Amino acid sequence: MPDMIYLDHNASTPVRPEVAEAMHQALRDLSANPSSAHREGQRVRAAIEHAREQAAALVGADPRELVFVSGGTEGDHLAVVGSAWAQRERGKHVAYAAIEHHAVHGAAEVLERLGWQHSTLPCDANGMTPPESVNDLPAGVTVLSLMLANNETGVLQPVAALAARARARGIRVHCDAVQGTGKVPVDMDSLGVDYLVFSAHKFGGPKGAGALVVRDLAPLESLFRGSAQEHGHRGGTENVPGIVGLGVAAELAKRELADEGARVLALRKTFEAELKLAVPDAIVHGAHAPRLPNTVNVSFPGARADHVLLALDARGIAASAGAACASGGVEPSPVLTAMGVPRELAICALRFSLGRTSHAENVGRAVTLIAESVRAARAVAGVAR
Amino acid sequence: MSAMRVLAAMSGGVDSAVAAALLAEQGHDVTGVTLKLACYGTTPLSPRACCTLDAIDEARAVAMRMSFPHHVVDAEQVFRERVMQPWVDGYATGRTLYPCASCNQHLKFGDLVSRMDLVAADKLATGHYARVRQETDGSWGLYRARDTHKDQTYALATIPYAVLSRVVFPLGDLEKTEVRGHAQRLGLSVWDKPESQDLCFVPDGDYAGYITGTLGEKRGSEPGAFLDEAGNRVGTHRGILHYTIGQRKGLGIAMHERWYVVAIDASANTVTLGPRRALERDGLVTGPVNWLLPAPPAPGTRAIARIRYNHAGGAATLWPRADGTLEVRFDEPQLAVTPGQLAVFHAGERCLGGAEIVAGLSLAESGAGVARARHEQGSAPAHA
Repeated sequence: MPDMIYLDHNASTPVRPEVAEAMHQALRDLSANPSSAHREGQRVRAAIEHAREQAAALVGADPRELVFVSGGTEGDHLAVVGSAWAQRERGKHVAYAAIEHHAVHGAAEVLERLGWQHSTLPCDANGMTPPESVNDLPAGVTVLSLMLANNETGVLQPVAALAARARARGIRVHCDAVQGTGKVPVDMDSLGVDYLVFSAHKFGGPKGAGALVVRDLAPLESLFRGSAQEHGHRGGTENVPGIVGLGVAAELAKRELADEGARVLALRKTFEAELKLAVPDAIVHGAHAPRLPNTVNVSFPGARADHVLLALDARGIAASAGAACASGGVEPSPVLTAMGVPRELAICALRFSLGRTSHAENVGRAVTLIAESVRAARAVAGVAR
Repeated sequence: MSAMRVLAAMSGGVDSAVAAALLAEQGHDVTGVTLKLACYGTTPLSPRACCTLDAIDEARAVAMRMSFPHHVVDAEQVFRERVMQPWVDGYATGRTLYPCASCNQHLKFGDLVSRMDLVAADKLATGHYARVRQETDGSWGLYRARDTHKDQTYALATIPYAVLSRVVFPLGDLEKTEVRGHAQRLGLSVWDKPESQDLCFVPDGDYAGYITGTLGEKRGSEPGAFLDEAGNRVGTHRGILHYTIGQRKGLGIAMHERWYVVAIDASANTVTLGPRRALERDGLVTGPVNWLLPAPPAPGTRAIARIRYNHAGGAATLWPRADGTLEVRFDEPQLAVTPGQLAVFHAGERCLGGAEIVAGLSLAESGAGVARARHEQGSAPAHA
């Protein structure tokens, strides 16, 4: 088996060597509790605060607004549940875009169990949430959750326009920026949102570390209580190595964002063009919308995604079928369904996401192997179903 | 054996786990696959041997333990259309099918074989207790397992002949206890998992309840007449899908003699009862036969015929018909020849093939004489 060609950077990214080194050092040297008053504790506290500055700088936030969490799912829960709960006197209704990540759907489900209602914003054929759809939300909505970039299609959402309309209606806005942060510039001020979450492992940091930015005065009830770490927003002893790793990864990502973004975008354009030459009837979803520079969501008609993935894996290519499904069933992705993609095409959709490990040679080789896998899957389709 | 690329079917049970693990241990390039069938996610959380989402996790755990990749392939539609629906249709029309054979035929050795090319696999491996062997003339044969109690050639008799050259059965030469021993030695968590007994998609064994309740089937549940052999009404049955040929329990009818279900007539909605001797048949007629031979055997070939999974088998003579069906004549009458069940033929250890039973034959009505006359030139045993 040759080395895998890793085209699944939206699922997770390899940890950068600088990050691993900093984390190793933190594991070795920063063993005290950051809440302790002694100088060893203060040393650990200082490392956390340094990481907080690095992380906040990546998204144009004030470090004092940044709360370390375990990642995207926790951040989404803290923002959506915490904000809705804090505003319960104003109404028990939350809203989110139909194409939001499972984590937001999950947070809304928690609220639903507690008596909240929810509304969803639709998605157009290009995979974008129309800004004017905010006007159709019922009265009493207190929080709106919007993703910056869709994890499956990579389509960038008009968050600033949506947030402006929501703000005009007195609705607080949470932005799930997990998939966008580290790949495109993210700035709290220009987005105009109240909460924003990102996750370290999507840009070369470790799994299990993320951050939620909470704008000053934005209402928030904490979900983990006890000791008042993170300004009382998130109790629990800090994940020091994870936080240190997040900080270093954020600093590297910010420094290299423009160059790396341009490099990956050029690669993706070549990849997409070659893919369409090799498989002429391939259909790229969200092709007419602004997208992350690294993501290609593509259907190969007649080649079922689970078959192609099996063939790709045997040929040394790591990719994903839409969003990962625990049971392995061939179900059309809800995101593609919301975009109006027919079922028979949606079950043939694969997501290739490029990143730091991608370069012209392995991406070119991937096209050949993908075309071969699609042919094999189509041959199976003639026999199996 | 040089290193092969193997696609290993893994049900989540101990047998297929050990089959895959042994090949991986021998250095073969194994890819594990679990077929997701229709029943996943709907069965209760009992420690069942297969067919729950747990089964996928168990298979995955074995693959992780042995460091080979594992994938899940959706086969719900094929399972529904080729296994479940015919089985339900059978019950609704008075025939008792054996769905494990159609699952092997259409899923594991049909659908899955077609997926071998996806990973450019040389062989498909399963955890069946059976053996394949290449004959001196280059053709392939299916043989009974060394562990005769576990032998599964009956359930494999309808797999395509062409598949034999592409499969490996790593458990064919092992006893069940040895298989569990390997699982324990290799640290596989499934080593003490219980055996599956009933159909994987009906864990509690209540077929009629599953067909009418879970599947909402209406056919076959209309009450009708119990008849005696002379055609007299002797009671009321609960719907033909509650009965199978040879059934004695659950008739809800008291007789001075032990009575059995001897015939089911779906069109008349009647179930005929009779004494044990009324179950005896001198032979049977099958549907199209799946021969696990390069060519059908000569008329008059001697074989052991098995007419259900646990049947010890009876000596018989095979009379293939020109239309691909078969007439079988038993040396001694056999009990409860059941339409829909599989008749499977062995010559010694070798499995010659199998076919669905269409009807039983009694000597008086047997057309064997005619069949014999048609084929009288070739009556030498083909496979001793």
